[in-house]
Amino acid sequence: MITESFTNEPWLTFITFAPLVGAMFIMLRRMLTRSGENGAVSADEQTQVDNAARWVALAFTSGTFLLSIGVYAVFYDPSIAGYQLVQQLPWIGAGISYKMGVDGISILFVLLTTFFMPICVLASWHSIKNRVADYMIAFLILETLMIGVFCALDLFLFYFFFEGSLIPMFLIIGVWGSKGVKEFAGVTMPSRIYASLKFFLYTLIGSLLLLVAMAWMYAQAGTTDIPTLQGFDFGAGAQKWLWLAFFASFAVKMPMWPVHTWLPDAHVQAPTAGSVVLAAILLKMGGYGFLRFSLPMFPLASADFAPFVFALSVIAIVYTSLVALAQEDMKKLIAYSSVAHMGFVTMGIFTGTEQGIEGGLFQMLSHGFISGALFLCVGVVYDRMHTREIAAYGGLVHRMPLYAFLFLFFTLGNVGMPGTSGFVGEILSMTGAFKVNSWIAFFAAFGVILSAAYALRLYRQVVYGKLDKQALMEIADVDKRELAMLGVLMAFALYLGFNPGPALDVFSPAVDLLIENYNTALAAGGAS
Amino acid sequence: MGLFETLSFAWPELVLAIGAMALLITGVFLGDKSAPQISIAAVALLVIAGALAVMAPGGSGTTSLFDGAFRVDAFSTFCKVLIYGAAAFAILMSDRYLAGEQLGRFEYPVLIILAALGMSLMVSATDLISLYMGIETQSLALYILAAFNRDSRRSTEAGLKYFVLGALSSCLLLYGASLVYGFTGATGFEEIARAAQASGPNAGLIVGLVFMISGLAFKVSAAPFHMWTPDVYEGSPTPVTAFFAAAPKLAGMALFTRVLMTSFPGAVDDWQPVIALIAVASMAVGAFSAIAQTNIKRLMAYSSIGHMGYALIGLAAGTTAGASSVLIYMAIYIAMTIGTFAIILMMRRRGGMTENVSDLAGLSRTNMPMAMIMTLLMFSLAGVPPTAGFFGKWFVFFAAVDAGLIWLAVVGAVLSAVSAFYYLRIVWFMWFDEPAPAFERDHGPALTVAAWGAALLMMPILPVFIRPLLDAAGRAAASLF
Repeated sequence: MITESFTNEPWLTFITFAPLVGAMFIMLRRMLTRSGENGAVSADEQTQVDNAARWVALAFTSGTFLLSIGVYAVFYDPSIAGYQLVQQLPWIGAGISYKMGVDGISILFVLLTTFFMPICVLASWHSIKNRVADYMIAFLILETLMIGVFCALDLFLFYFFFEGSLIPMFLIIGVWGSKGVKEFAGVTMPSRIYASLKFFLYTLIGSLLLLVAMAWMYAQAGTTDIPTLQGFDFGAGAQKWLWLAFFASFAVKMPMWPVHTWLPDAHVQAPTAGSVVLAAILLKMGGYGFLRFSLPMFPLASADFAPFVFALSVIAIVYTSLVALAQEDMKKLIAYSSVAHMGFVTMGIFTGTEQGIEGGLFQMLSHGFISGALFLCVGVVYDRMHTREIAAYGGLVHRMPLYAFLFLFFTLGNVGMPGTSGFVGEILSMTGAFKVNSWIAFFAAFGVILSAAYALRLYRQVVYGKLDKQALMEIADVDKRELAMLGVLMAFALYLGFNPGPALDVFSPAVDLLIENYNTALAAGGAS
Repeated sequence: MGLFETLSFAWPELVLAIGAMALLITGVFLGDKSAPQISIAAVALLVIAGALAVMAPGGSGTTSLFDGAFRVDAFSTFCKVLIYGAAAFAILMSDRYLAGEQLGRFEYPVLIILAALGMSLMVSATDLISLYMGIETQSLALYILAAFNRDSRRSTEAGLKYFVLGALSSCLLLYGASLVYGFTGATGFEEIARAAQASGPNAGLIVGLVFMISGLAFKVSAAPFHMWTPDVYEGSPTPVTAFFAAAPKLAGMALFTRVLMTSFPGAVDDWQPVIALIAVASMAVGAFSAIAQTNIKRLMAYSSIGHMGYALIGLAAGTTAGASSVLIYMAIYIAMTIGTFAIILMMRRRGGMTENVSDLAGLSRTNMPMAMIMTLLMFSLAGVPPTAGFFGKWFVFFAAVDAGLIWLAVVGAVLSAVSAFYYLRIVWFMWFDEPAPAFERDHGPALTVAAWGAALLMMPILPVFIRPLLDAAGRAAASLF
């Protein structure tokens, strides 16, 4: 049974909605913008509004981060396996309530989210020049929705946040995305619009099936309370259908092969901070969903479908790694590598073993830091040269030694070099896979080799070689702001790489409980 | 019950009927220059009627009047309040538009009141004869409203089309009603239910039922009886279109619900597949046909066809939860529709009204508040959380799944992803494209209130917004049986 403690603590609500308050401040400032006779805003006034938006966003994202750290340090008890900091308020009646709470699985994602948002604001400081206030509002609303996803303890509320987060991301990609046009179905449209539509519609179709499944579960159980549903027996036959509906939603979000194709487009078109959020946090919602819903609520179906998930994961690991090798766009390459790395996560989760699940969780965390940092690295050179084409670079080490060092570190982290956090996640999830099926682990290991191939190729072509391109002659090294962002991420990746214990300790009570319940359900299901 | 006591339950209708005639006479004497005052009086009448409906002695319980032909219950009260509200907004939002098009005639508010009176009868009707009376009172007023811009070819064409096809659908309905009467010997819904129960399944009755369903489907513009909708929406003056898209849809859907659930409760298995089929057809037509539209009024026409499909999912469930989900869906739909048409009425440039979707290009730069409201409304129409439209979808899907119609909910879910595309296209025009010339900024108070009010209602995150609606709809659905 899953326990719930500390009922009616409002802390998670404060953390979740603090960014929204910031968004309202910026909206207010935006509305008070003085405009001239013909409705035009003077350049001076515009600068003031923009700067106010930047600082308010930074203040609120940092404040939220500090608040979440404080709440974690003071109120969170890592030894408890069940849900903590639970708050429940009546919402839309009969069985659907506003219920927030965290456990070992979700708390680190909350912290990851609040940690990344100030970095995203900083990363956009100079690179976003038009419609700064709107941009910051979108990011702050997005933060509220993302934290809400990880805190929600009611399925309806979860869905509310989960799908709601599509709206700000849709606007971020569509408005502040990069230039270029794309031919699609005979229509020429800007490729950022193509990417944002693809992102939205792909995810929406998956989520809508989840909505129907949720309606069915509500009809059966009479509630959408997550702890109750985790203890509810839907029966082996129904579990299969429910599992598939949830899988449709989370597999798209994750994204798993073959529904991953929206990700490269979205990553390439999104502004740097958008890519960072996408890679570091939004993708994690899929893995989080598997752990929060698929495994505990539909254990029999999860066990039945595990081979299917393994197959998709291995295909993702090998195939998308090969695809990454052929990329000419830096962001696209990292995007495909993200799909491959998420393959390790799904593989680990569905082994149902402690190593596998903890490995999957750790891999998500580590991938957040490392791929987030890699997108920032791409952003650094993109801000200077306005191209992401690998061929446009070369020999950067001569002009940007510090950048070369940082980029190398994160490249190696992406490869899974021992000493970086990437190694821990991969080795754990492969160990988990080995216990269940050694062939799966065998094929997944190819992914590690291939990741070295594409990541080092990228690094060599961008950083090493002769500095012979005229445009690159004057390129400047990372400045203090960029150094601070990448430095912090590097510290985390190193710390988690050398000392993964603390993070695993946070996971393990919740994961142990999950596995215990999972095995009990399997034993009961097998016996009947 | 004495005559006066009986009439005391029908106060809203009496106020509207007498008020409309009084206003008509006043208008004839004072001429068109009195149109603004008559509009205000008409709105006042609607407000009074709404208040009377809420406070009526029958508002809390259930009262049958006129030998069971007319029923005052929570269901009819719920619908009447929404209908009067939509009618009041249709009058208020029209002032600048009608003045700008030289259409400021006093008949407009009077016709709207007469239509509202017809709808009032529709939602209270519990007899085939009062049902038909209600529908015809409503329809005749609506035909004239469609052709209100009588010097415009498009408008008169819309009126004529609406009239011809509307008359045809009334015939279908009447034919169905006569078959039902012939096979059961009763015109009251409850007597029909009893007779049908006694005689068991009966081919003649089913044929009659199907004819009635066809006629009603026409009134709510559900596919395959939707052909008239785009042309009438496009041709009619925009405030009239706003009215068409809101109030008659609710009245039709309420009547649909009452007829099927109270007079044919025993034949759920017979009408459920028919309604489910109509629902799927409407959602599909709405989703796929709207994609290619460039005129925003036509687009809204297809959008409303699609939304009727979703509401019909709730009806197909055939349960109390289904009936309440229909009401919730329609209430949210009306708020969204009025808000959207308020924005469409704001699409005015120096040269006059604009109706193309592409005229919204870059609106987020030229007029941020308008763009924000429209964005919220579009996401709500698409049913994406955290907007109200999502709650509407949730309740109809839940009703369907609860009644065992999982396939219908899945089809609805997939088609709603298709329809999300064209709502997103409008968002894309407003946010991603280079700005078109700005719209005029002075819209008058009515449009501003309608737009902002709808935008506020689209954010029902707090229980204070959503709970009253859910409770009222629940009570209304329970009072049906």
